[in-house]
Amino acid sequence: MSTPAISQRAATATHRTIVRTHAGMAELVAYIVAGLATGAIYALAAIGFTLVWQTSQTINFAQGEYVMLPAILILAGVSFFGLPLWAAALLGGLVFVAVFGAGFKIAVVDPMIRHGVLPLAIATMALAIIMKEGAKDFFSSEAQTFPSPFPAGAVDILGVSLSMQHIAIIAVAFIAIGILQWFVSRTRTGRQMQATAQNPGVALILGIPVARMVMLTFAINAALAVLASVLVSPLYLAKFSNGEVIGLFAFIAAIVGGFNQVRGALGGGLIVGVVDSLAAAYISSSYRLAVPLALLVLIILIKPEGLFGRREERRI
Amino acid sequence: MTEVVAPSPPPSPPVARAASGLSRRLDGVLLTLIAGAVLLWFLPVGMGRYGTYVLTLWLVTSIAVMGLNLTLGIAGLKSLAQAAFMGIGAYTTAILGTKFGVDWYSCFLLSGLLSFAVGLLLGFPALRVKAHYLAFVTLAFATLVWLVFRNEQWLTGGTFGIANIARPTLFGIRTDGALAFHRFVVVVTLVLALALWWLIRSPWGRAFLALRENPIRAASLGVDIRAYTLLAFAIGSAYGGFAGALYSPLVEFIDPSPFALSASFMLLLMVVAGGSGYQLGPFVGALVAVALPEWLRFTGGLYLIVFGVVVLLLLIACPQGILGLAERGWNALRARLGAGAAEPSR
Repeated sequence: MSTPAISQRAATATHRTIVRTHAGMAELVAYIVAGLATGAIYALAAIGFTLVWQTSQTINFAQGEYVMLPAILILAGVSFFGLPLWAAALLGGLVFVAVFGAGFKIAVVDPMIRHGVLPLAIATMALAIIMKEGAKDFFSSEAQTFPSPFPAGAVDILGVSLSMQHIAIIAVAFIAIGILQWFVSRTRTGRQMQATAQNPGVALILGIPVARMVMLTFAINAALAVLASVLVSPLYLAKFSNGEVIGLFAFIAAIVGGFNQVRGALGGGLIVGVVDSLAAAYISSSYRLAVPLALLVLIILIKPEGLFGRREERRI
Repeated sequence: MTEVVAPSPPPSPPVARAASGLSRRLDGVLLTLIAGAVLLWFLPVGMGRYGTYVLTLWLVTSIAVMGLNLTLGIAGLKSLAQAAFMGIGAYTTAILGTKFGVDWYSCFLLSGLLSFAVGLLLGFPALRVKAHYLAFVTLAFATLVWLVFRNEQWLTGGTFGIANIARPTLFGIRTDGALAFHRFVVVVTLVLALALWWLIRSPWGRAFLALRENPIRAASLGVDIRAYTLLAFAIGSAYGGFAGALYSPLVEFIDPSPFALSASFMLLLMVVAGGSGYQLGPFVGALVAVALPEWLRFTGGLYLIVFGVVVLLLLIACPQGILGLAERGWNALRARLGAGAAEPSR
């Protein structure tokens, strides 16, 4: 990076190599920043996934669809009801949190959770089909452009041209995760939520309103999904089938980071985002998806509790 | 068959209570299987080509679900790659049949054997860590296999797929017609279902059940947990391969899409919807997933969404699956009629 600016017309082979290396470095940094941006979005989805898993043993296979749908709802608000974008975003977000946060918990999770983890996980697969097909049948089967809340264009930082949008996404996601972290570790309600996640039985004995805390995590999960949806849709367009890839990546991020840790989901999301971005740039695009999956298998084999996870004691 | 590799059976059946209740029900299973096969032999007469095709597809899907039911419902392991094993079987049969002219029976055996071997290779490292990591490893595996099917054009034809897959011949009789092939599949399904029925009654099957019910206790009674877990997964995967070997000649054309990760999810859904752990559950679950969309054709483009809603409501109403609900109803009925004590529910 510290190479002094060299004329493009440099004659000797050595100079040409340096120019190429310099350009290569700038490119590499841009790919990493792009990867961090998508990774931060995966992290939002993965954190919600982990929270819900921790407090209620719900494996949400519809997590990708959770990130897909809010953008569709917002666009539907604009095109069907003629709302201005900000109002559609507010309304769409609230409707989503009410239906797919609270409603999902009451209608699907509560009646099923007594019967074990698996039937509920399968039910979320059915929910994913409903959300995906609903978006396709009632809105559009085409990819729709979604307005970016951030200015377009690029900024030059240390000679590297970076997309404003990527930087803004990273900033917003980190602020959101920072607020969440503050809430969980510094407020009374947040600590009650954490206690519920760690041991619901003991939390109940200590007088913590466990049911309300579980409900809160479902609402937070839905809210994080709305944020992720608004951030990701300007990049990838809003399409009914977006959930498949996003869900897979959120799942990988949660496992790579550590299935039982919020900070693990953040780290996992960023790593998976960067790995995917670099794989797309430097490895064949047809096997792009294989690289994060190989990472997943590698982590399971050498550090099964995840990179940032705590080793779980074996229960008897 | 594949059981040759099994470790020696445990000295005493650790789940005597479950087994005694089970053997009574299994006789009903045997009768139902044979009666069902006779019925299905004659059922498609006059149903037309497409109706027969859907019926055959249901049976082929049931074979894959049977394997997953052994893995999940009997041994308690979560595999998210059953459709990938089906793909391995389907592509093995298609490639060997169309490019090398290998007869279908050899293809069928090789498909099962290959899936069994891949299952062992995949399960060994995953189960070394912890049983539930099998779910994550199989998830990655299912996607990787699909990528290979799609990208390795020289071998699999990529998205263009492989066409003109021949149907098998039995004692010199060709099974090219829809009805003839359907009857062929009925026989193969019956043989595979009976093999599984026998396996589950055997000491090995009881060891599988012990794994699901209480692995720690099973281990303390001398069941080699790791070997049995691995074996259950590999046999279940082999059934996926067998189903694939029938799927290729049924459709006569294969491409990567029916073997994607979502298809593996769907097979898992069938196990749970039918009734996980029930021997006839796979047939019920596969019927829901294969026939229900056909019956919902009247809803036009909305049939998938209606299907999702029906399955979701079904699962909320009876999380133990349709056969779980049926058993509960049956027991309640018997208790009301006062016909002795109701069977303890599993």
